[in-house]
Order: sequence, then C-alpha cells, then structure tokens
Amino acid sequence: MKFTLHIWRQENARAKGHFETYEIDNISADCSFLEMLDQLNEKLINDRIAHPVCFDNDCREGICGMCGLYINGRPHGNDDGVTTCQLHMRHFHDGDEIWVEPWRAKAFPVIRDLVVDRTAFDKIIQAGGYISATTGGVPDANNILVPKHKADQAMDAAACIGCGACVAACKNASAMLFVGAKVSHLALLPQGQPETADRVKKMVCKMDELGFGSCTNTYACEAECPKQIKRQNIARLNRYWIGQAFGRDRKDD
Amino acid sequence: MILDSKIPEGPLSQKWTNYKAAQKLVNPANKRKLDIIVVGTGLAGASAAASLGALGFHVDIFCIQDSPRRAHSIAAQGGINAAKNYQNDGDSVERLFKDTIKGGDYRAREANVYRLAEVSGDIIDQCVAQGVPFARDYSGLLDNRSFGGAQVSRTFYARGQTGQQLLLGAYGALSREIARGTVVLHERHEMMDLVVVPDKDGKPRARGIIVRNLVTGELERYAAHAVVVASGGYGNVYYLSTNAMNSNGSAAWVCHRRGAAFANPCYVQIHPTCIPVHGDYQSKLTLMSESLRNDGRIWVPKKKEDAEAIRRGEKGPLDIAEEDRDYYLERRYPAFGNLVPRDVASRAAKERCDAGYGVGPTGLAVYLDFADAIKRLGRDVVEQKYGNLFQMYYKIVDADPYKVPMMIYPAVHYTMGGLWVDYELQTTIPGLFAAGEANFSDHGANRLGASALMQGLADGYFVLPYTLQNYLADQIYVGKIKAEGPEFDEAEAAVRARMDGLMAIQGEHSVDHYHKALGKVMWEYCGMARSKESLATAKEKIAELEANFYQHVFIPGKTAEMNPELEKAYRLADYFELARLIVDDATQREESCGGHFRVEHQTEDGETLRDDENFMFVAAWEYQGHDKPEVMYKEELNYEHIQIVKRNYK
Repeated sequence: MKFTLHIWRQENARAKGHFETYEIDNISADCSFLEMLDQLNEKLINDRIAHPVCFDNDCREGICGMCGLYINGRPHGNDDGVTTCQLHMRHFHDGDEIWVEPWRAKAFPVIRDLVVDRTAFDKIIQAGGYISATTGGVPDANNILVPKHKADQAMDAAACIGCGACVAACKNASAMLFVGAKVSHLALLPQGQPETADRVKKMVCKMDELGFGSCTNTYACEAECPKQIKRQNIARLNRYWIGQAFGRDRKDD
Repeated sequence: MILDSKIPEGPLSQKWTNYKAAQKLVNPANKRKLDIIVVGTGLAGASAAASLGALGFHVDIFCIQDSPRRAHSIAAQGGINAAKNYQNDGDSVERLFKDTIKGGDYRAREANVYRLAEVSGDIIDQCVAQGVPFARDYSGLLDNRSFGGAQVSRTFYARGQTGQQLLLGAYGALSREIARGTVVLHERHEMMDLVVVPDKDGKPRARGIIVRNLVTGELERYAAHAVVVASGGYGNVYYLSTNAMNSNGSAAWVCHRRGAAFANPCYVQIHPTCIPVHGDYQSKLTLMSESLRNDGRIWVPKKKEDAEAIRRGEKGPLDIAEEDRDYYLERRYPAFGNLVPRDVASRAAKERCDAGYGVGPTGLAVYLDFADAIKRLGRDVVEQKYGNLFQMYYKIVDADPYKVPMMIYPAVHYTMGGLWVDYELQTTIPGLFAAGEANFSDHGANRLGASALMQGLADGYFVLPYTLQNYLADQIYVGKIKAEGPEFDEAEAAVRARMDGLMAIQGEHSVDHYHKALGKVMWEYCGMARSKESLATAKEKIAELEANFYQHVFIPGKTAEMNPELEKAYRLADYFELARLIVDDATQREESCGGHFRVEHQTEDGETLRDDENFMFVAAWEYQGHDKPEVMYKEELNYEHIQIVKRNYK
C-alpha cells in the first residue's frame, strides 16, 4: 500500500510547529500504524531526508498507554477500541492521505513532534487517586468480601490506561473520564470507600488547577476511549462531588 | 570474586524468620537522612520505592517512560501465584516452593525460593487492600485459576490484565509517597552508568548514578547511600520478543561493567503462545496469555499433507476432522496436558513445526483451539474469562478466535538470568541491589507462569524493605552523599565519551538495521535449541556485526536533544556485549535444563537432560573490559531440603 503522510513536526516545546508531507510505499496491510511510522523513519534516516519523527510508544500491545496519535481527526485513528499501536493499515485504503497530529490540549504541551507531556495525569493521581494502604499490616485478602458485580464494575473502570485520548477528543480538553474512572474504580470497592469524599475533592481540584476543561456532556471521550471506559463514570464522579460538597459521604448505589 | 550467598542459618522454613529477627534496623529519625536510588518503576521498583518511602527513607526513582505507570509489568496478562490454598486443593508454602524449584529445573537457590513462597500470601493481601480488582466468585470471595507447572489453582487474576492492575496498585502507593514528599520521581530519565566510590576503609560502594534526561539530552548526577536496580530483563537482545520496545538491559549491564557479577545469562524463556511472526517490518511479538491453556487445546494436523494444504491456503483448520488432529501436548504429557511448563510447550511446538506439521503461511505456527471450551462452557463464559485477549488477537490478526483456532508460536519472553544477588538481593557491589527480572534469583533455568509478578512484588514489598535497612544501618555515620568527586566526574565523562563516539561514526546503516540482524543471529543460533556448532557460529556472527556496527552505524541529530536513535544505539552497544556473554554461558553449560536446551544433551524422546554432577551451579560472570572474555565463577547449589528428581510432566 502507498500513503501520503502529513505529519506534525515541531523541534521542541518552544519552537513553532508545522505539517511536513512524506510519501511512503510498499506498506503491508497487516502492519500496524506505528510499524508504518518505523518504516518512514528508516527511510528518513537512510536517505538523510530529515530527523526521524519522534513519537511515544512502548508495549505495542495496547496496554501501556504510551502511544497516542491524532490520526485523520480521531485519537488513535479510525478503528474502535484500539490504541494507535493496535491500529492496522488494513483500516486504510491504498493511496490515502493521512494527517498525523499530537494530542492537542493545554494540559499536554508538545515536547517534540508527536510527543506530548502527560505528567498532568500523574499529578492528578498523586492528589489522591489511590487507597492509603501502607505496606504490611493489612487484613487477609478474603476478609474483604466484594460482590462480584461490584468487582466487575470496578475492573471496567480500572481498565483505563491513562493514554489521554479522552482529553484529546474533548473540545474542552476535559479529564473527567480519566478522573471519573479512577474515582469509580476505588469507590466501588469497600476498601476504597473511607477516602472517597476526600479523594474526589482533591483529584477534581487538581484537575482544574492543571488546566483541564470541564465536561462538555458530548461524550466524545467515551467514543474514542481505546478501553471503552463508560461515561457512567463521569456521572458517578459528579454524584460524589456533589455528595462531598454537601458534606454527605455517600456511598455508591 | 567471592560469591557469598549469605543464606541465614537454621532450617529452611525458619531462615527468613531468623533473618528478620537478627537484622539491623534504622530508627525513624535517621531514616529520612538516608537516600536511596531506585531505577525502574515496574512491579519491583514501584513497590520497593513506595514501601521504602513509607518507612521514611528518602527515595529518588527513575523511569524511561513518561509515567511510572507504563513500565512493562503493565503488560503481564494472566495472573499472580500465591500459596493461599483458598481452593482447598492441597496448596501450601511447601508446595509452591517445590513447584517453583522443579519448574526451574533445579537451578535456583532453595532459600530464596522458599522465602518467595512464604511471602506470596502477603502480596495478595496487600494488593487487595490497595484496591486491585481481582476476579471474584458470586460469594464475593477471590477466584483462582491454574497455570503451567502446577496441579493446584493458585493463580489470582484480574481478567487478562493482572499485571496492569497490580502495577496500578503499586503506582498508586508510589504516587502517595510522591505526594508525601518521601519519593521524588524522575520520568523520562535513563540510567547511563553506576558510580562506585570507595568508603574510608577502601571498600567500594554504589553511591550514585549518571542519568540522561531524555527530553533535553543532558546528563545529570544523583547520589545516594544505596542503589536499587529494578530495570527488568534483557529479552530484547533478540529484537523480536514480547517485551516493550523500550525495555532494555542497559541499566543492569552498566552495573555489570562496573563490577557486579551477571548470573546465568543463557537462561532465556521462550513463551509458547505468542502471535507468530508475519513480516520483516514487524517490531514485536504479542503474547497470548498462558491462562488460555486452561481452556484452549493445542494441536497440529496428524497428516503432513493436511499441514501442507493449510500452508498453501487450500485448507483451513475447520476442514481437519477431529481424528486427524494431533493434540501433541495431551499425547506426550497426559498428566499435565496443555498445562506443561513453558519451556516444554515451546520445544514441543518447535519439534512439530520442524517435523513439517506446522500451519500458517510460514509453517511456523500451531493451533490453539477453543471450540471444546465454547461447547462446554458457552461463549459467554469464555468471553468473560478471556475477552480482552480474544479482542487483542482479532485486532492484530484479523481472524475471530471464537470461530477459528488461534495460530500461535513460541517467542522470547522473559530472562531468568540477571545480576547475581545474595539472599539480601545485594549484588557483588556493596550497596547495589537488584530486584525483579533484573536479578537472577528465584526462577532457576525456567520461570513458571504467574511467578514473575509474584517475585517482583515480593522483592519490592517484603524483601528489600528489610534487607536494605540491614545494609543502611551503619550508613548513617557516613553523612549525606554528594554527587561530586573524581568517581562521579569519571563516570560522567565515560558516558559522554561513549555517546560522542557513537555519534561520530556517521556511517550508513540505522540502529534498527543492526538490532534486527543481531536478533536474527541470536534466535537462529542461540534460541530454543543450541548446539556447540550453532553457538560457535553465533559467536562469529556477533563479532562481525559488532565490528560493523562500530564502523557503519548512523545516528542522526545531536546528543543534547530528544534523540530516540541515540538511545537505541547506546542500548544496542550493550546488547552486543550481552549477546557475547549469553553465547559464552550457553557454550560452557554442557547440559540441558529449563529454557536452555543443548541438542547434544537430550533424552531419547527429546526431553532436557540435566547433568547434576557437573552443572549444579550458578554461573556468575565478571566483566574484564570490552575486548576481553569474561571470567566465570561458580556458586554451587546445595539442595538440603528438596529431593532432586528428573523433571517429569508425563
């Protein structure tokens, strides 16, 4: 297959970025999007055309959350429920033009080319996205009973890989789905409930402080989430937020 | 070099208790005056840093990714073992210990493995307290499944994302300590060298590291009273493996260059169930969890002509009648069936493919079939158990495993070898500790499924907080360590010289060109089956490639900027040395054991043939310089508790 690629190039955080156009040929339909970029980089290196395109990637099996490209206007491209590394070229047509951009969000500044700084997500978690269980001195695992459907719901929310597609997809660059997923995961489990009110307050305040916008209620985040995290997590987050604001340390339904 | 394993006195089951009772402690006021460096934020690194921070030590932690949550532990799928005996099926610490030693083909240290089994239950308690959403049954109690090499169900799991959930638990605990200020996080920083400084008695001690800021390209120095390396394994020396793209052996390797012994490098685990290779552009091989072997049945056609027809695309797996299928694992190993350990399952797949029964366009694949499980349990149950794995397979291969069997083939997965450590997880350099996959300690010549997560978390949560404290107890008298002096200057200059040297070559081939070539040599001549001849060939070819690399590699850009090509080149330079050592180690080990299979040493039916009389030792290698062969030292393995038998899964 043959493609025309328009790729965002930006030397560093302070430099002005622009699109650069490259042609690439002989791409197998079974190759992944990142493997296609590998081949482009190999060409850029071998023919001394330009500095290879920088893009974040690691596990290449859709679980580390490191990769994330805005491809033809969609985070992680035009397949559902996948990360960029799981997107395969069979989802494109021979001769397609492909536009590749980094995540666009104030809270995720560009570092170089397609690489962005997502440390804001870590800072939100540091604000309270955990259960304060110090090593040792905890009860036997089976002393805490968790109804199966609650454990399953918690797992659904915990599947978030922190890639940032939800923020990139949102017109307001809101992190509500990311925060909602973590808050839900922990609040659905009995172990997490003692800290729910405090956790919600701290994580939401940190999210606002770091420049993420508020929820648009258009659910682009849910549509683009590679792990198909549900918008119900945002509703749950809002309930806990209101609960803590009115001093009610309410538990989930 | 002296290899003192420091195994505590007393009967096996009392050793850890005795150690803890006698170890030295640091009082709370002094803990905050002691600095610790942790390299790596996977299960071992994150859990160690979180636990040490919570104790009150000051920790600096480093990762090469943009966030600690991305370390490759995140990709572990199937589960974590623990001797809880929740299923009442006869499990115990003793049983887990024995299974692990036997699984490792009697090449691991008894005392370490026993301790691992002993703390395994605490890990599950800790993870549940952190909110890890393990699978549960309808009563709300924890569920278990079984894994290779065990006849009990002792594996705890969170769908097919157990590693992710355990890592997020440890990442949460780490984040809490970062917020409290006991741990300082340095993301996008790569360890480039270890700094060893003699103390006032002239005894060398690990006192710091040189790191490269991967965003700016600048070098930075950090000093501490002790250094923990938890940087994972070196499987990417094979280029194609189940490891993440950035997983690399360099952090451990630079420690080796600075004097830490490297043990059993030839023990590499080839995982039997991975998606087969399909093209030259391929960057990695994706694992399909071992847990699939609980319900999936592995087979190839019984008749060669069927296999040939499948390879030509004239037939599909569904065209092969039940009686024409060879469920070769069930046939060869009736007692364990599809759940034999990984090394056994991998070799059996290779044997069938080499004999001409392989399927897929390349003939290098076997079927993993769920038709029986779907018939027996229903599609819903299978989907609940393995849904995300099936989806992953579908996205990569574009074939629906609910309808047609998966195609799988073995791939490099885990490295049992690593930095040599004693019972305290301390390397041969005082003050340098190694944890998780980066050390060699617990898995012998083959690791059992769901034991890597167990070991990483055991090291970090429950071993290092004790043993490191024992080391640090007298370090309070040293005072604050500063990142200055001739040793820091020398280390930083050495790193700079290596980087500049690589940049200056300005040849014509990319780094990947060489890495792919090295990977092919390693896979072909030092992979699943090794012989004296193949290893000699490997040695020759590696030397040629390495010489060519230093003359003709081309790295674009500058050192002082984000430059992934330079990162790759630096790691590849280490891989060349590591590859040489793997081959040397495989050559000296004139026996077959676990993942190390020498074709000269096999039984009549193709099983591994150990030589306990001559090879019941750990091979620990000492670096002598870039151009000199390394020197091997032996740590004899003394089995006092366990009875050594032939490994038999029939």
